[in-house]
Amino acid sequence: MIHVEDKKFVVPGEILAEDDYYPGRGTFKEGDMICSSLMGLVSLRNNKISVIPLKSKYIPKKGDVVIGEIEDIRFSMWGVNINSPYSGILPASEVFGREKKELSRVFKIGDVLFLRVVDVDEVKKVKLGLKGRGMGKFKNGILVDITPTKVPRLIGKKGSMINMIKDKTRCKIVVGQNGLVWVKGDVDMEQITKNVINLIEAEAHTSGLTNRIRDKLFLLIDGELPKDREESHESKFGENNSKNHLNNDPDFDNSFEANEEELEKPKLENFKGIF
Amino acid sequence: MNIIPEITRQSITNLINNNERADGRAVDEYRDIVIETNLVSKAEGSARVKLGNTQIIVGAKPQIGEPFPDTPNVGVLMTNSEMLPIADPKFEPGPPSESSVELARVVDRCVRESEMVDLEKLCIEEGKKVWMIFIDLHIIDYDGNLFDAAMFAVMAALMNTKLPIAEYKNDEIIIDEDATMDLPLKDKATMSTFVKIGDKMILDPSLDEESILDARLSIGITESGNICAMQKGGDGPLSKEDILSAVKTTYSKKDELLKYLK
Repeated sequence: MIHVEDKKFVVPGEILAEDDYYPGRGTFKEGDMICSSLMGLVSLRNNKISVIPLKSKYIPKKGDVVIGEIEDIRFSMWGVNINSPYSGILPASEVFGREKKELSRVFKIGDVLFLRVVDVDEVKKVKLGLKGRGMGKFKNGILVDITPTKVPRLIGKKGSMINMIKDKTRCKIVVGQNGLVWVKGDVDMEQITKNVINLIEAEAHTSGLTNRIRDKLFLLIDGELPKDREESHESKFGENNSKNHLNNDPDFDNSFEANEEELEKPKLENFKGIF
Repeated sequence: MNIIPEITRQSITNLINNNERADGRAVDEYRDIVIETNLVSKAEGSARVKLGNTQIIVGAKPQIGEPFPDTPNVGVLMTNSEMLPIADPKFEPGPPSESSVELARVVDRCVRESEMVDLEKLCIEEGKKVWMIFIDLHIIDYDGNLFDAAMFAVMAALMNTKLPIAEYKNDEIIIDEDATMDLPLKDKATMSTFVKIGDKMILDPSLDEESILDARLSIGITESGNICAMQKGGDGPLSKEDILSAVKTTYSKKDELLKYLK
């Protein structure tokens, strides 16, 4: 028996369902009842109930890509702030291999890096690495901070949202799973992008967001809505767009697809165009 | 000291050189100001001020005590600030930090030197009993520019403070809790804080802007237009032109700010 609907707002302790259902993330089992352990929105997948928190801190997971800031230089490693309760370390060997060099000549305190989480051990010591495409230090640009649970929404289905913003603003955008977003482009476009990202964060739970953001972008940049508006509202918009640009940044698209499912239930009408 | 990403520092500085700011404000524009008064029922005067995301609660608490021997006929004013750990990850519980003491003293200076509170009227019996007003600042959310927000909150709290009528008879204090009077105020004051980033002076700095400042200047001004307090912070120097332009802006912003205190 189920007591809640999909996307309903719940508070900790609220009974979500009894029997027949499986407890997912953000829930716990009390006897036969599944209760919420967080404040957030219910997510129903088949028979699995989970709760997506409204706000969260980033919990490091092996294989994630994150944006971090150097905050400490030690004897053979850098201390990295990854916007999480657990701070990360970047061992010197990741950068130099076996050579020995002065650490502060490569990365200084305050530098912002794009990193991969290599390993998280049982005491949550987060080991970071720079191996992979596009990893390394950022130059210029701005940082935008959003709550990590909204990252999948910012990416969109198969990158539909993020690619749309990239196309329209001509900014380079890099999204870390820890909720930090790096944007580089024209100064005005950077600010527009930042505002749009903040808007997505605030309205992540609402439906039809991609189209609204698209209209907003057109209004902000061109000052008017596109003439082919009717056509663009066709449901396959997301798919078309993402296919063309899917290969731009394999780093993000691949890694985020898995997470995407957690937040956004695939809308049935989106597949009509294909079948 | 706050570590701020190098690229954030660069982007803020670049924007400011073009007379723009990260949150879209003009260089001499305040964030949204919200003032709420009389929200603490146990305090005789209180206010909560929101300046953007910075949030401060102030309580004014009068108590009867003995005056200082060198000023037997005036009341006593004391300001204290508390930077609660919920306000910012860098605020620690325990004895007040340097910035907390600075905040309390700058606000105290502005209240005292503007002579807004008529301290002589706070005397109940000369040399024996006077009112002592304790002003407590509680920072509950920190997003830059505590000085201006704190001064606002103190001003709003003092304007709403009610003192019970006290009489001194036969070595005894008789307090009439039902009959109250407003705290005797002669003037109002506001404060405007500027930070210097590059070679520009910016009003009402946000947290990010405060973390990369070269120098900081807070100016307290009374309703009648007298400068009653000033405080310089930060490592960098300020030129004469910087200070004069800041004073000019403070003067022109005064009336706009006082409107919130009606």
